[in-house]
Amino acid sequence: MLYSKTVMDHFRNPRNVGEIENPDGVGEVGNPLCGDMMTIYLKIEDERIQDIKFQTFGCGSAIAVSSMLTELAKGKTIEEAKKITNKDVADALEGLPKNKLHCSNLGADALQMAIKNYEDKKAGIVREEERQEKHEHSHEDGGCHCPYCDSEVDKDAKFCKACLSEIEEEH
Amino acid sequence: MSKINLDHISASQLLPEVQEAMINAIRGTLGNPSSQNMAGERASEALDKARECVAGLINCQYPTEIVFTSGGTESVNHAIKGVAMANAQKGRHIITSNIEHNAVNRSIKRLLQQGFKTTSVSVDKKGRVSPEEVARAIKDDTILVSIMHSNNEIGTIQPIKEIAAVCREKKVLLHTDAVDSVGVVPVDVQDLGVDLLSFASNPFYGPTGVGGLYIRRGTNVWPILDGGVQEKNRRAGTENLIGIIGLGTAADLARKHLPERLAHFKRLQKLLLTELPNYIDEYFINGDPDNGLPHLVSLSPKYIEGESIMLMLDDEGFTVSTRSACATGSLRASHVLMAIGLDHADAQGTLVITLGVENTEADITGFLKSLKHIVESLRAISPLYKNR
Repeated sequence: MLYSKTVMDHFRNPRNVGEIENPDGVGEVGNPLCGDMMTIYLKIEDERIQDIKFQTFGCGSAIAVSSMLTELAKGKTIEEAKKITNKDVADALEGLPKNKLHCSNLGADALQMAIKNYEDKKAGIVREEERQEKHEHSHEDGGCHCPYCDSEVDKDAKFCKACLSEIEEEH
Repeated sequence: MSKINLDHISASQLLPEVQEAMINAIRGTLGNPSSQNMAGERASEALDKARECVAGLINCQYPTEIVFTSGGTESVNHAIKGVAMANAQKGRHIITSNIEHNAVNRSIKRLLQQGFKTTSVSVDKKGRVSPEEVARAIKDDTILVSIMHSNNEIGTIQPIKEIAAVCREKKVLLHTDAVDSVGVVPVDVQDLGVDLLSFASNPFYGPTGVGGLYIRRGTNVWPILDGGVQEKNRRAGTENLIGIIGLGTAADLARKHLPERLAHFKRLQKLLLTELPNYIDEYFINGDPDNGLPHLVSLSPKYIEGESIMLMLDDEGFTVSTRSACATGSLRASHVLMAIGLDHADAQGTLVITLGVENTEADITGFLKSLKHIVESLRAISPLYKNR
């Protein structure tokens, strides 16, 4: 099986699915290449995440990441939630396949955007709706991995010697 | 839970007759076909018999035009690199289409590193290559055209006979990757007029890891494996005798039962396509089912992602594919689906359903029932569905 038991559990039984009416913060991220998209909704009370929900278009790991992220963030203060990283989410899921890390692991980015949206609203800053589009290579274990297969690639490689995929993005 | 396989393009069960032939061969005393002793002679006879069965399936003029290989990928590599190496003095230009299997694409990429050049012919929205466009792409230094017989993701069958006529007129060799066609639909190398044709054993219920390359007599192709003089010096290495015996048996069965298999596939494919609107909405069918592989349906339910659908179907006992199994691990949307004009989200949400001889109407109905509630549950959490 490609995924850990924890990933499959969160995929099969996703927690905190849905939308919050009149949310205090919303964050949306998408990956233009693989198409994954996550939206995180926050309800904040006394600078603490009272409720968090998600909607996700994506693969098994994208749904599991969204679910686990909401579990990690729920009940935390804003300052505590700001410290949640994509690595924390992946670790809590007992790992993700390397070639999925860069793609599915957008959950913490969506959360940080939702927090920023909340803080902007509170400060009276109105921004045009923005969506963060990310497509980074995995740098797990200090190495750089091809986004299309699991092979390690040189830092400045233009293509993966193993699968011959072109690597256009900076990494 | 017993699984219902709707992913025959990735793997199929061996037919009982194929199993029996292989087990008998394992238990028997066949030797090395290259040996001069009696065991070797029996092995050589078994090889010849398998070669005749395969020749019968694709209507070779001479059984010796078949070279046994380790499967479709090796056959394609042999055809493309073998022609390139043998004909580099004549020219270094190769034409292909933009929906080929990676065995073709990556063979050509390797050749690009050696100074070869390529032209990739685009397909239309149904995934069809135009013979006229192939004719326009041929240049003075073109040595090979390689266009697949049928596509493994959308099922579209190409007008190979018309493309072969173009190639013959321009005196350019034509290879077709027929891995997903041979044993599924009628494939006749003489009628098609191709010079090289790749096939594998597993699509028609033979073992994996064995296949072959048809090389029309007189075609200048170098081997890609050097060593012994097996396969008339075209492919070194002791033959995979047990696998080839399985392949031969499967080929013989495919030739005998092709009409009934075709009718079975068409009936189930029609049932699936007719019933789909009663179970889900907002989807589209890719390729050209009226002129495509009869056992394949490429389905894109909108607003949800394919791997999630596949995993949920797997939980409910149905095995399907989201793309070519060889591409698993790749995150990039399928180049085939992008080539026929899908956007990233729709391409990522595409399922490939491939039927087999053992599938029944009840399998199709059960699949549709599961698909219905899976699509509903995934759309319920999809931001794309909400914002449609």
